[in-house]
Amino acid sequence: MSTLEVSPVAPVIRPSSQPVTNDFSIQVATVNGSGSQTANSVLMRTLFQMGIPVSGKNMFPSNIAGLPTWFTIRASKHGYIGRRKEVDFLVAMNPETAREDVMNLEGGAAVVYDEPLQLNKLRSDLHFYPVPFDKLVGPVCPEAKLRKLVRNMIYDGVVGWLLSLDMEELRKALVKQFGKRKAKAADLNWGAAQAGYDWAGKTLTKTDPYRAERMNETAGKIIIDGNSACALGAMFAGVTVVTWYPITPSSSLVESLIGYMKRFRHDPETGKATYAVVQAEDEIASIGMALSAGWAGARSMTATAGPGISLMSEFIGLGYYAELPAVIFDVERVGPSTGLPTRTAQGDVLINAMLSHGDTKHPMFFPCSPEECFTMAADAFDFAERFQTPVFFMTDLDLGMNNWMADPFPYPDKPIARGKVLAAEDLDKLGGFARYKDLDGDGVGYRTLPGTNHPNAAYFTRGSGHNEKAQYTEREDDYVNNIDRLAHKFEAMRRHLPAPVVDVRDNARIGFVAAGSSDYAARESRDQLRGEFGIETSYLRLRSYPFAEALREFIRRHDRVYVIDQNRDAQFLKLMRLEYEPELIAKLRSVRYYGGLPLDARTITDEIVKQEGR
Amino acid sequence: MSTVTTPPPKKVNRIGLEVLNYKGSKTTLCAGCGHNSISERIVECFYDMGVEPWRVAKLSGIGCSSKSPAYFLGQSHGFNGVHGRMPAIATGTLLANRNLLALGVTGDGDTASIGIGQFMHLVRRNVPMIYIIEDNGVYGLTKGQFSATADVGSTLKTGAPNQLPPFDCCALALKWGATLVARSFSGDKKQLQTVIKAAIAHKGLSVIDVISPCVTFNDHDGSTKSYSYVKDHEEALHDLDFVPFFEDITVELPEGEVTDVELHDGSHLRIRKLEREYNPTDRLKALAALEEAAAKGEVLTGLLYVNTDSPDFIELLNLVEEPLATLPQSRIRPSKAALDEVMEELR
Repeated sequence: MSTLEVSPVAPVIRPSSQPVTNDFSIQVATVNGSGSQTANSVLMRTLFQMGIPVSGKNMFPSNIAGLPTWFTIRASKHGYIGRRKEVDFLVAMNPETAREDVMNLEGGAAVVYDEPLQLNKLRSDLHFYPVPFDKLVGPVCPEAKLRKLVRNMIYDGVVGWLLSLDMEELRKALVKQFGKRKAKAADLNWGAAQAGYDWAGKTLTKTDPYRAERMNETAGKIIIDGNSACALGAMFAGVTVVTWYPITPSSSLVESLIGYMKRFRHDPETGKATYAVVQAEDEIASIGMALSAGWAGARSMTATAGPGISLMSEFIGLGYYAELPAVIFDVERVGPSTGLPTRTAQGDVLINAMLSHGDTKHPMFFPCSPEECFTMAADAFDFAERFQTPVFFMTDLDLGMNNWMADPFPYPDKPIARGKVLAAEDLDKLGGFARYKDLDGDGVGYRTLPGTNHPNAAYFTRGSGHNEKAQYTEREDDYVNNIDRLAHKFEAMRRHLPAPVVDVRDNARIGFVAAGSSDYAARESRDQLRGEFGIETSYLRLRSYPFAEALREFIRRHDRVYVIDQNRDAQFLKLMRLEYEPELIAKLRSVRYYGGLPLDARTITDEIVKQEGR
Repeated sequence: MSTVTTPPPKKVNRIGLEVLNYKGSKTTLCAGCGHNSISERIVECFYDMGVEPWRVAKLSGIGCSSKSPAYFLGQSHGFNGVHGRMPAIATGTLLANRNLLALGVTGDGDTASIGIGQFMHLVRRNVPMIYIIEDNGVYGLTKGQFSATADVGSTLKTGAPNQLPPFDCCALALKWGATLVARSFSGDKKQLQTVIKAAIAHKGLSVIDVISPCVTFNDHDGSTKSYSYVKDHEEALHDLDFVPFFEDITVELPEGEVTDVELHDGSHLRIRKLEREYNPTDRLKALAALEEAAAKGEVLTGLLYVNTDSPDFIELLNLVEEPLATLPQSRIRPSKAALDEVMEELR
């Protein structure tokens, strides 16, 4: 930071005389391991408790301590909770990135920073608020080793004053964050927040236009990350066997599940568990255990991310061919290879659709929100057992690890459905059964579970060629009959998967197709296109693969259909190209983002405006 | 096996089943393959012990050995999985249904090469199952390449010698936590029967490494896993007798120095001393005995180790008594009050 490149002086874009209320984003730049997570969560929660729609995104390194990390909080009176690229309010706590963070801001933004960094020398078109953090933290935190943590709470207080936050809500958020057991820590941090607030009130002159004001848009809502929502979904779906291997960004899904299961899934009388969680030695073992547990009748699952998916490939092929149920939660991250482990993407779509050698196809679920992570998880477990096959439940790091404002989850209204399983009494009536015979026309045979007390219950499960009776075969006709039945079964799945959510506008010539976490940006982009460019759009949000027939209809109905992909190779679009006839394919356009950050609306809007020639 | 004077009714075991109920389909392995002898011993042992076939899950990986579960216990569910991953399949199966008796059959390629990692973790977990390694030192199904249990200096049919040291699966099992470890020979009917029965009676992981010659690719003069080599170099640790739990235990102890080990189901192992002093509850001595035998080129057989005290993996998980697989909805879906409680915390 020896030479400072000072940009040409630009006028402050938005004079403070026109306040910008409940429509801004705050970015806190820190060093990972500095304990800023609490301060950031408290800030986000304060806005939430003030009734303002809010979202929080943690952009963190694949590292435990010492590398830069950014936390972005977006407040939006319009209810947009996807990522917003522009930062209005920067809290610059990391000396390593402070300069770049400041240089990246749009003119008119506000900067709270640690005074010694002298960031105010960098630009003249920003609102600078220097804060002497070291001087302020001493009196409120006598214990020197805690100061690094507590000083974060001082910026909460300063920001609180600058944005007119309701400090009583901030105090409540703090108490909630620390819980009753850590009341002392909460007190210490509250002291720091107050010190920051009081100092700012006495010392600073507010010149920026951003402010928060109480609304009533968050009543009854919850804040939760997608991984926890998946965990709750799995628990209420009645999962019994969970086998996993830790991998970012899926680890917190199982860790959260373990926490909930300990509370709610022990027999009240004996204290015994109605579930098993096993941390396996690798992803090959974790999927092997999940599939064999499914074979033996358990509701089983694993959770993983791209590298784990690659390792699971052989077993997933066995699951497809031997017809074994399990749910695989794939919290996608940036590949290929190790890629960017702590950045988000939708890059496993193509590989999961056809994972493993030979002719294989797998169903995928694409929840877009915590609510759907919860409700669709129950569907996925039922579906895996209904169709006796591995099911991919696909989320991504953005949905999985970030905190989202969501509606509370509805208690499941459908009973748990275990699929076509024959008990000993059924076998008495039937005399016997042929495991892979399609009796119902849906390609799904009847199975028995090991441990069924009947001389005709047993059959032999294998990944080698087998006939309807599950006997080994290398005969051409047996092989073809079986593999064709599997294709037929895949077709039958279309009618049983979660249907897409479709919003067709009569006057729209163009359509959007998106899935999963792209939904937040897609919806905001539609509003931008309508409001700023007069472009009306229809929208189909995919919730599953194989694609529903409604997608074909949607493409047919529109002149051009923009398929939104969070990957380089337009993976969703490519899956459509594999299925559809040339006149439909000709209508497909691609909007792709693959930089590793959560997708934002402006990226979509700009690309569509460009492609539409507007 | 007492003789009867009148024409016998159909011979049945203690649960009223004929031996036919324990047989499988016809073997497709080579005539004379050691694996076929092991399949026969499995049929006899499960019949003799009166194990309900429906309670057994037969599990295997890939290879000649892994094909064999089709040739025994036709009334038991079977799962022939992927290469080297039978331990995961066994573990998952037992997580779903802890009441099953898991019988895994694998080979030296399946266990000591591609599956060594899963094998070691199975051992470390002491997963309660019977794990039989049909060990012939060679890849049969791909026509005669060395496996990782081939001894140094042992040759292929082409004469090419193996230069890398072998994994001793018994030593690995002993070191890292299996609670019953035995080595036997497919040609030693009585000893193999006894250790399989002991494994059925044991609670915990039983690893039985059975030298099982491959008549097609590894039964020649340069091989240390041939019938003749093993016959010439087998060194039995002791003479083993098995008294099942349903037979009268007051049978007099046989002559000579005999140690009695009571197994989990109430059966007893009678271990009669031969030349050497050997205590099969001493893990370190067992490891030393294996090392010494290997140095001398001997094939040490018998019950290397048994530990009837260690908790198995399923016990450590503190599961309900019933199989998780078939718990009703009322026990696996928490109440609406539980969901409300969580939602309230997240507001």
